[in-house]
Amino acid sequence: MGMAGESQFHVLAVDDSIIDRKWIEKLLKTSSFQVTVVDSVSKALEFLGLQEAEQRNHHQETKVNLIITDYSMPGMTGYDLLKKIKGSTSLKGIPVVIMSSENIPSRINRCLEEGAEDFFLKPVQLSDVKRLRPHLLGWRTLVEI
Amino acid sequence: MDGVVQLQRQLLDYTALLFQEGFLNDQFTQLQQLQDETNPDFVVEVVSLFFEDSERLLNELANTLDQQSIDFRKVDSHVHQLKGSSSSIGAQRVQNVCIAFRNFCDAQNTEGCLKCLQQVKNEYSLVKNKLETLFKLEQQILAAGGSIPM
Repeated sequence: MGMAGESQFHVLAVDDSIIDRKWIEKLLKTSSFQVTVVDSVSKALEFLGLQEAEQRNHHQETKVNLIITDYSMPGMTGYDLLKKIKGSTSLKGIPVVIMSSENIPSRINRCLEEGAEDFFLKPVQLSDVKRLRPHLLGWRTLVEI
Repeated sequence: MDGVVQLQRQLLDYTALLFQEGFLNDQFTQLQQLQDETNPDFVVEVVSLFFEDSERLLNELANTLDQQSIDFRKVDSHVHQLKGSSSSIGAQRVQNVCIAFRNFCDAQNTEGCLKCLQQVKNEYSLVKNKLETLFKLEQQILAAGGSIPM
């Protein structure tokens, strides 16, 4: 069972900043996404673990279609989350987008090489969020660095 | 109602001045543009979070810089957070001081850091004051039965 329609895409957002969580949630909701926001990678993994369990029981309510995560966080970073997702048989199909306030080309390259779909510089804009749909529909878009 | 029109003009002029003086940048406009009937207090909510978070960070910075042996990585981490949040709401001048502040952290320059702390406290205080004035004007307009001009 897949999404009922375009507007049913569920995005999981991860950011340790309370202000940025509020901002990304607003951007995503304005763009008609269903949103879950958590403040750490461990909470994200917990949520995704629950999602895995529900899928095994054929309950798809919490199915996550895309993860958007801040890069710099205390404890596990967004890059650590990316590696975990791409290293997991069940989760590696979920597109991951990285956000960062720092424009460091080597960081951006590292994330893209590790399988990130896209990289957004903060503060994230509505136009960035609108770029998510093609990723969700499985199209790879060219990212100009 | 003449009163409402005057207040609306006052608000527009005041906002324009804040942009001109560099207190706010386009990111603040982005916040305002996302506010709508489903979430009419969005900007106030985000800015309130910014106030709370900044005050916490400024206290932490004062404590961290007050130590015998300063942990510059900790200082940098707090400044990085403050830079991020000020950037997210468009508080340009606060953000700018944070950039200079981080450079002093990298150089482990205590005096530079202390100067920046004072500066960032001042800039924070100023922008807080200005935003509170702006919100008060908005409240006056709404109370008088008008709508917020964009």
